[in-house]
Amino acid sequence: MIPEIGLAALWLAAALSVLQMVAGGLSMREKGVGEGSPFALYARPAAVVQAVLAVLAFTALLYAFAVTDLSVKLVATNSHSEKPFLYKLTGTWGNHEGSMLLWVAVLALSGGLLGGLERRLPEHTMQAALAVQGFVALGFYAFLIGSSNPFERLPVPAAEGIGLNPLLQDIGLALHPPTLYVGYVGLSVAFSLAMGALITRQVTPEFARVMRPWVLGAWVFLTLGITAGSYWAYYELGWGGWWFWDPVENSSLMPWLAATALLHSVSVLAARDALRTWTIMLGVLAFSMSMLGTFLVRSGILTSVHAFAVDPERGTFILILLLIYIGGALGIFAARASAVAEGKTFAITSREGALVFNNVMLTAILAIVLLGTLYPLLTEAFDVRVSVGPPYFNPASALFAVPMFLVMAIGPLLRWKQDKAGRINRELAALIAIFVVGLVLIGLLAETSVLALIGLAFSAGLAIAAFLPLRGRKLGRVPIAVWGMILAHFGVAVALFGMASESAFTEEKLAAISAGETTKVGEWDVTLGSINAIAGPNWTAMEARLSVSRDGSSADTLTPQARAFWSPSQATSESALLTKWDGQLYATIGQSVGLDDEGKERWQLRIWWKPFVTFIWYGGVLIALGGFLAMIGRVRDDLRKRKAVKRRVEEREDMAELAGKAEPAE
Amino acid sequence: MNRILYLIPLGLFAFIAGLGGYMLTQTKDDAIPSQMIAKPLPEFDLPPATEGVEGLSSSDFVGGGPKLLNLWASWCPPCIAEAPHLETLKEAGAPIYGIAMRDTPEDVAAFLANHGNPYEAIAHDKISAIQFELGSSGLPETFVIDGDGVIRYQHIGDIRKEHVPMLLDLLEQAK
Repeated sequence: MIPEIGLAALWLAAALSVLQMVAGGLSMREKGVGEGSPFALYARPAAVVQAVLAVLAFTALLYAFAVTDLSVKLVATNSHSEKPFLYKLTGTWGNHEGSMLLWVAVLALSGGLLGGLERRLPEHTMQAALAVQGFVALGFYAFLIGSSNPFERLPVPAAEGIGLNPLLQDIGLALHPPTLYVGYVGLSVAFSLAMGALITRQVTPEFARVMRPWVLGAWVFLTLGITAGSYWAYYELGWGGWWFWDPVENSSLMPWLAATALLHSVSVLAARDALRTWTIMLGVLAFSMSMLGTFLVRSGILTSVHAFAVDPERGTFILILLLIYIGGALGIFAARASAVAEGKTFAITSREGALVFNNVMLTAILAIVLLGTLYPLLTEAFDVRVSVGPPYFNPASALFAVPMFLVMAIGPLLRWKQDKAGRINRELAALIAIFVVGLVLIGLLAETSVLALIGLAFSAGLAIAAFLPLRGRKLGRVPIAVWGMILAHFGVAVALFGMASESAFTEEKLAAISAGETTKVGEWDVTLGSINAIAGPNWTAMEARLSVSRDGSSADTLTPQARAFWSPSQATSESALLTKWDGQLYATIGQSVGLDDEGKERWQLRIWWKPFVTFIWYGGVLIALGGFLAMIGRVRDDLRKRKAVKRRVEEREDMAELAGKAEPAE
Repeated sequence: MNRILYLIPLGLFAFIAGLGGYMLTQTKDDAIPSQMIAKPLPEFDLPPATEGVEGLSSSDFVGGGPKLLNLWASWCPPCIAEAPHLETLKEAGAPIYGIAMRDTPEDVAAFLANHGNPYEAIAHDKISAIQFELGSSGLPETFVIDGDGVIRYQHIGDIRKEHVPMLLDLLEQAK
């Protein structure tokens, strides 16, 4: 019964998306009097109720997974009655249909929040935005119901489920996809608002101020999702790397790059009424990248470690959706953009100039990543198989990241509209000095690659530059949004430091040792204590007990496992991590490789010492936190301003009323 | 000027969508062809695996028509499964040469007694050296070698009934 309720809710939500689209569209046609149109009444409630229904549908699927309802096909193929409860729940989105339902639920929720909360825009722009949001949602409901129905029943209930891919049976999966999806799909609001503003020709600073918190919100979740995903890949896959330039990772990075560019350009539009068309373009681009990523991942045309069940029919369906939405949006953009005047001009050495530079660099990196992701597809069309990896992505993106970081250091110090480079001479000199000293020191002390060297020197300069905007200000009076910017820029420096340090100083050791033997990795002594067979709820494993110590200090124990899951049967490598303030020791155990001279069994161990690797994720969290502060700050300032305006209006009305009455009230 | 500029994103997207659409119509072939194909056999010279059989060296594959090289072991269960199909291949006229991995003469003799001997010669590779050189990671595997000692095909896993005509075909083509 519950799955049927879910399916019914999904159909109803789809019907409401039609209402939202039509009502929004019709009310918009009555120019200027959107509020007065009878249709205008419907779009907002339709969005809100639709959100409730879509979330209800998702809850129904969650329930089916929680109780392992094996008459539902999706549960039978992706769950198992004896799986730990948490992984039953997370299994809901560990598959194609369930994750698409989550996608759609978040889409509806974003639309609902937009319809329910946003009251700052001119009503006919708002109606247009809601119509677009309803139109986008409709396509994805059709996709879900038509070709990926998550609630499909089996004619005969299965006796037992097939189980969830063991790699996904991890706490990381509980958090990472939902966070990422909120980010991806949250960008749909930016898309709808951008389209709404473009259609109604309302690309104004006021519009930018409204759009900014929505972009920031989605961006915060996207940042957290990517950070969590990177950490999950790092410890769960057991390969010791934190970023693999896998198509699916790239698919999450591309919307992030576009959204990062967007939130900077939207600030220019809000503050200075410049970059109008560019901001609209980025608003369209960010969500388009989300949809393109979904297509690349789900259609199976690219080979990735994130293998979803591949189905060309689904691929075709999503491609048609892309053609309608991205093609339509870019078509309207091409037709309308020239009607939106470019806005105010500014000098190159100004805050806007720096932000434009940052935007161009971010977009260039986006193009680099997009090209690298699609290149295998392009060559495959000519029957040549290639795979594109770090040797392309790292230097190509660094080519644009390096100048971007340079400008990021000084941009926040510049004034709006026009500035002289001479005004910030001292700061500039100090930053260059830090950078050069760092470069020379590290270059002399350590043998590293050029990129890592530049990264380390940059991170030092950027970390200090991040706080320079505070100079000469009273700390108590610095707006929250500025603190957000400082924190986010500092986070970039921290993450960059982690990345550079990891690539420059990692020590790796592959050893085959028997119990009682010791091997050395960097400053660490690793002794294999014993190897024991252990069993979990749905797996058995060989577990190594490693005793590790640095320079003879007290020993810690690490227990990496080689797990064998049953149902579905698959082997995974569970790494063991020891986190210290200055890095992580990372150990995995491989296979038994025969006996040593004394007849004791030897085991493969792979151990890394990764100095300051954790800073990558600390940095990611700081960046997200900065975005969160900026969002809070902007919303609060805006509400305060509105309250003041409202109070003034009320006062004036009261005065008028008082003047009109003969005798004042008691 | 600006109008053309604004059309660029649409053009780029049309290209990407076209590429995606074209690739959707293509059947995806995930098989990775062996890197050893079209390369000559690595050099080796191995002793017989048990009494009464001949040893094998890479020079035995040069001249005298195409041959099958079968990597196997007496301790490998899928090798038992493929034994009858090797027999069929032999009856169809395919010359089969075997290399047993990490085996003992007694076990090899017992295996041949139980499951038949389709081999022209069986060499012993005590440390799987030739297996690694051939880029093989499991047993059994079968290579089609042409008359010049060049590898033409690598079959990973046991030979099943349906593979027999294909292998005979490949031997024919290698002539």
